[in-house]
Amino acid sequence: VNFSFLDALPAIKAIAASRLGEAVGGSAWAFAVIESIHLLGLAVIGGAVLVVDLRLLGLGIRNQGVQEIAREAWPWFASSWTVMIVTGVLLFVCEPVKLYYSAAFFWKMVFLLLATTFTVTIKRRVLLAEEGRVSPLLLKLVGLTSLALWCGVGAGGRWIGFSAS
Amino acid sequence: VSTIAPSAPLGLWYDQAGLSMSLLGFCEWLATTSGSIALHESVYMYPLVESAHVLTLCVFLGTAIMVDLRLLGLVFVRVPMTEIRRRLGPWVAAGFIVMVITGALLFYATPLRAYQSLWFRLKALALMLAGVNALVFHTGIDRRVAEWDRQPTPPRAARCAAATSLLLWAVVVVAGRMIAYSWFDCDKQPQPHLVNMLAGCVISPEGGPR
Repeated sequence: VNFSFLDALPAIKAIAASRLGEAVGGSAWAFAVIESIHLLGLAVIGGAVLVVDLRLLGLGIRNQGVQEIAREAWPWFASSWTVMIVTGVLLFVCEPVKLYYSAAFFWKMVFLLLATTFTVTIKRRVLLAEEGRVSPLLLKLVGLTSLALWCGVGAGGRWIGFSAS
Repeated sequence: VSTIAPSAPLGLWYDQAGLSMSLLGFCEWLATTSGSIALHESVYMYPLVESAHVLTLCVFLGTAIMVDLRLLGLVFVRVPMTEIRRRLGPWVAAGFIVMVITGALLFYATPLRAYQSLWFRLKALALMLAGVNALVFHTGIDRRVAEWDRQPTPPRAARCAAATSLLLWAVVVVAGRMIAYSWFDCDKQPQPHLVNMLAGCVISPEGGPR
């Protein structure tokens, strides 16, 4: 499976041929630098997701409520998520045709959509619910689901690097 | 493998110690061992180790960043420092162990290329400095943690240690990523003299790579 079902090859090729595409795609340094920032963002988003999910699983900072941990971690999650998206878009512009045909990229985007949607809907509601209103089992389930979905995004990202160009 | 030239500055110590084996020589030897060749040429093992190294970054550095941000007074300011360390410390430590093991395996797979990589050397340097920074922190201001445990903004020395840590780990990550690129590899000559010197390239009299 890949994004070719969208039948958008002309648009993809236009991205590659655009001024931005030529600028970043034609420079090995640009790709390496953007990738490095993407990786630094990964460390921050990893931390911001982990502190909350570990708390949900009862393995993290315990002397504070889920709500407070979530509220403190949120700006770090939101800002690193933004950095990941911006650098991710730039990385896409570097090699749009390859990614258009990449199954790994397709699955990474599926997991990204699921993980982000889950985070801002179900997980957010559970996190902001009043203490004691959500059963411990549900908290654990939400923590595990979040971890699994974000792991899917990470694994998909790593897999892109292995798929033939 | 050609004969060992004791040209690498770090190798001198070994020669003087009578071991007659430079770090370069050690890496050349390591690269000829069957385990190194097997890992280097494996279809699945190398990518798996590499993936584990990259994805464990989230666990190790992610949690370490949160500890550093707390030290800077930027997150979880109402949680005591000792509580942060007690809960996140094990994840930092577990992640670090995986990073060291997978990192050592990655080095074992391509010892010579790593040793003569400018980026690998920069990464090693930043790692050592991060170690020194952690040591200074733990033997210094951290000994009096009871005094500032609950302060939203820890003392200046603690904040300095956290900022230094964040900077050094960023260098480690970026330099680590750059190892994959071959711009400054010794077998890509001619290179500027400075690059050859810093990367420890051994250049033949004709000017090409050895």
